[in-house]
Order: sequence, then C-alpha cells, then structure tokens
Amino acid sequence: MKKITKEVYLKWYEDMLFWRKFEDKLAAVYIQQKVRGFLHLYNGQEAVLAGSLHAMDLSKDKMITAYRNHVQPIGMGVDPRRVMAELYGKGTGTSQGLGGSMHIFSKEKGFYGGHGIVGGQIPLGAGLAFADKYFKREAVTLCYMGDGAVRQGSLHETFNLAMLWQLPVVFICENNGYAMGTSVARTAHTTDIWKLGLGYEMPCGPVDGMNPVKVAEAMDEAIERARSGGGPTFLEMKTYRYRGHSMSDAQHYRTKEEVEEYKKIDPITQVLDVIREKKYASDEEIAEIDKRVKDRVKECEKFAEESPYPDKNVMYDVVYAQEDYPFLSHKL
Amino acid sequence: MRTIQFREAIAEAMSEEMRRDETIYLMGEEVAEYNGAYKASKGMLDEFGPERVLDTPISELGFAGVGVGSAMNGNRPIIEFMTFNFSLVGIDQIINNAAKMRQMSGGQFDIPIVFRGPTASAGQLAATHSQAFESWYANCPGLKVVVPSNPHDAKGLLKSAIRDNDPVIFMESEQMYGDKGEVPEGEYTLPIGVADIKREGTDVTIVSFGKIIKEAFKAADTLEKEGISCEVIDLRTVRPLDHDTILKSVRKTNRLVILEEAWPFGNVSTEITYQVQSQAFDYLDAPVEKINTADTPAPYSPALLAEWLPNQEDVVKAVKKVLYK
Repeated sequence: MKKITKEVYLKWYEDMLFWRKFEDKLAAVYIQQKVRGFLHLYNGQEAVLAGSLHAMDLSKDKMITAYRNHVQPIGMGVDPRRVMAELYGKGTGTSQGLGGSMHIFSKEKGFYGGHGIVGGQIPLGAGLAFADKYFKREAVTLCYMGDGAVRQGSLHETFNLAMLWQLPVVFICENNGYAMGTSVARTAHTTDIWKLGLGYEMPCGPVDGMNPVKVAEAMDEAIERARSGGGPTFLEMKTYRYRGHSMSDAQHYRTKEEVEEYKKIDPITQVLDVIREKKYASDEEIAEIDKRVKDRVKECEKFAEESPYPDKNVMYDVVYAQEDYPFLSHKL
Repeated sequence: MRTIQFREAIAEAMSEEMRRDETIYLMGEEVAEYNGAYKASKGMLDEFGPERVLDTPISELGFAGVGVGSAMNGNRPIIEFMTFNFSLVGIDQIINNAAKMRQMSGGQFDIPIVFRGPTASAGQLAATHSQAFESWYANCPGLKVVVPSNPHDAKGLLKSAIRDNDPVIFMESEQMYGDKGEVPEGEYTLPIGVADIKREGTDVTIVSFGKIIKEAFKAADTLEKEGISCEVIDLRTVRPLDHDTILKSVRKTNRLVILEEAWPFGNVSTEITYQVQSQAFDYLDAPVEKINTADTPAPYSPALLAEWLPNQEDVVKAVKKVLYK
C-alpha cells in the first residue's frame, strides 16, 4: 500500500472537510429551496471514501455507488462546481441538469454513478468489472451500496456471477445503521452484513469505517486481490451518518445521544488529532486549510447560482445516441 | 436464393457481427454449451469460446445488469432471455438502467446493448409463459423495440440492432424459430424504425407485426378470392413506430385494421389508432378496428386458447366490418 504520510493526512483532512462543508452548503441551499428533489448527505461516512481513494489507482480504477453520491465524484477528480451546478439543475452540471442529486456521473473520471434504485447499481458494478476483465485492462471496480441494498436479490445474483467469473470488483457495504429509518436489526435475522459473502465463498469481513487508515488497509488488500486475478471481495464498512436519510427525515428512530457518541469517533476529528499530535501542521496552517475549504465551497455556490438553466432541447438530445430519433409530440 | 430457418438467421446475424467486432459477446441461460434453449446460438461457443459466449445461472436481474454495466465500459453485449416472460425479474435493469443511463448522465454513456429472446404465446403454455410485452417496452423512452416476422427480416434487423448505439429490445417467437425463409448469402442490414409493406392492396390496410402477422396474410388470401384487396404492413419496429408508412397507406385505402397479439388495453394498436385519427381523420371511411388477445391472462385449455388468440377469421371479420360488408 502507498505509505500514509504527512501529506496523506493533510490531504485527507482537507478533502474530508471539504466534502462535509460541501454537503452542509447543500443542506443550507436546500432549505432555501434552491436545490430540490431528494438530498442524501454523506456527513459522517467520509473515512470510507478517503481510505478507498488512497488504495485506488485513479488512472484506471472505477467507482459506482447509490444515491448518496455527491462527494465521491469530487474525490475522483470531478470539478465540485459542476456537481453543485447539477443539484441546482443548471446546464453546467455534470449531467447538464438531467440527473440531479441522485445521478452524478463522470465518464472521464471513472465515476459511473449515482444510482437511484436501491441495489440497482450492484450488477452494474460487476458489469464494469466484466468489461475490464474482458479487455484485460487490469482495472478494478469499487461497487458501493448501503445496508438496505444488501437485502435486494440483485446483491445475491451479482455475488454469484462475480465469483463464478472471478471479476475484478470490490463490493463495499457502507453500513450506516439505518436503511432510511429502519435499523438493520429490524429487517434481518443476521446483522453481520459481511457474512453474506460467506455463502458465496467470497473473501469478506468487517472494517472500521470511521477510520480512513483502517479503510485504506482493507481496501488495498481487496483491490490488489482483484487486480491480480483473485476475484471479488465483500467489505462491510461500519460507519454512521449524522444527518437524516434525506432532508425530510425527523430521525425519531434514533437518539441524540447515539449521534453524539459517533461524533466522538468522527473521521475528520480522528485525522485532525493525528495531525496535531504528530505536529504535521500548526494551528495557523490548519486555519488556512479551513479557510481554503470555506472559499472553495463558496466558489461552488457562486458558480451554480450564476450558471444558466439548460436549453429545453437538451431533454431530447440526451436520450438516444441516434441523432434524428423521431420523438412523439406531447402537447400542441 | 437459399432458404434457412429463423433460428439460423439469428445465429448468423450474431456470428457475423461477432466476427466483425470483438467487443460483442453473447450471454444468457443455455446459450453456450447447450447451443441455445431454441438452438439460436448453435455452434457459437465452439467458434467464439467461453469468454464471448457465456452460460449464466438463472439470474435475469443479475446478468441483465452485468450486460448494462459492461456496455458502459466498452462492450456491446447481446443478452438472451429464454423468453421475455422471464425478463420481468430483470426489468429494473432494462427500464431504469439500460433505457435511462444516457439521459441521467447528460449524454455521457451510450448503452449499445441488445436484449433478445422470444415473446408472446407459444402453444399451451398458459398465463405466465404467453405474454407479449412489446407495448410495455415500447412505452419507455430510451429503448428501441424490434419485432421481426420472418428469417430475412430477423437477420437484417438483428445485425442493425447489434450495431445500434442505443439499447434494443429484439423480440422473436418460439413458434417462428423453425420457420424457413429466403435469406441471401451476402451481407445486408435492414433499418430500424422502418415498416415494410409486405403485400400491396387498395381496399383496406392491415397493420401487424411479429408471428401473428401470418394470420393477416392468410386472411388477405381469403379476402382476395372475394375480390377484396388488402394492403398488409409489417411494422418490424414498434419503437420508433413508422407512422408515415401507416398514414400513407390509410390515405390510400381509407380503412384500417390492426392485428396485434397483446392485451387490448393501452397497446401498440391503441397508439396507432390515436395517431391515425389525429392525422388522417378526414381520410377514414370507417372507424379503425383492432384485434387483440382476450382481456384475460392466457388460458391453458386448447378450446379456451383458440378463443383467446386472434386468428385469420377475426381479421376477415374486421376487414368486412370496416368495408361495411
């Protein structure tokens, strides 16, 4: 694994803080009704992304996830201004305003969405890996899902196929404890999600998803296994989301104390503690990072605000590759 | 010209395209070692090997999704359903992923995939194995839906479907795989979205597609003996639908009968009926008639099935009705 140096810690701190503040900004502009639809925020789960990115080869590895997907493409290198513009429904957005919060994509940066149907992305992830194997690219796909998605048949069908064909894919369940407002224990007899891999003889295990070092170590092992022809792995990242499932969630299913307990092991705080303890940065330097993050988020907001809405024709232009597709008319 | 079976036309189309383009693979239940549940992929495992002709477990959702994912990443998959009745357990991947990926990503991902297999009834298979979902799939923007009725059209259209950069639903029939027809030796393709006037006539237009069109041909023969000249249009593609060919014919014959093996509510026939009344109202000399299956699940008993399915007598009756005879 690439060494976890001072620079890595500082990057983790700045990246994770940026992701968190980016999501906070979205929550704020959502309340102002500038962003609509559903809004699923990543706050609390940042270590999963930071640790994964450290273990990836960003020149060829791919990522696909569900609808809690604003910050992953940013981590993969997508311009965050364009992600925010997508949520504003603007023509400068990553999907030209067609996708919205749940459907962020970047073919250029290897981010394959952004999927709205729970578990629907799991076979797609195996398909991405199928193509990489078919074309002998030695690339690995990271396929993420929530704890709700693992109860879909799509997971089980895909696990069987991925093992049968030894596809270069890592399946990652981000177990934040709740599928919307229903806890894992209320919907399954077995709550150790990682054990679902056992029935398929897929290498599997639980990971501390609040600590980017632990995530990076587990991901590195899984990615290397996949890259060297050893097939898939299933990892259960034990993590937590601080905010509701979406914006309309009153969170009666959990206590404030529970949320506070998790904030004690907050991934950003954990990284900052190491930075302070090892004197990787002075208080002034940390304050500079904080300021830079704040400015960048503001820049995203400004870009999204000032961008134009998409041209009406784009609604037709993006549906088919065929340029002269004869759409039916829908009104006079 | 040589004569080959429908299933051979399908295998030829796939094999020719796979020789031409290494990104294409075939995946589905029984397609490889067994040579296809209906032998429509006979010899393909031997020629192309297990990397390109893949047997799957009975996991339609799983392998339909793998197909779409691989299409996002450089492949041009052909996904075979043993029948489209079984596509229902994988339909989320077709409707939500194959059909919408390009749109949701703002045009970033083409999905050049073909989902193919038999559709509609095929003898006394009863309710779950006798369904025609052409109009379900045709309802969904992002898809194209092709339904050939003979070996010649099947080969040319399947080659076009495989080359198409959009997802194509390609529907065959268990009862057509053994049909023989003239198919040229050489390379050819047929355009998607273009109907074919299979029989020219002047008194009435009959529109149909897929295997049920044979009932229209038989009816047209019968009616010809009675001095009634039928024009029979084979849609070949139901999305996009070739309205121009239908409208042109109706403006000539002034009468329209539509024959479609599907439940009568909200199907291809109703769409055509709407378009014709909207765009050729003044040309119609009689209300449009449509013939569908009964508005019930398919029954098993031969006596009931005969009543449930449209047949040539139904077509003759409808033609005479629009001619006020």
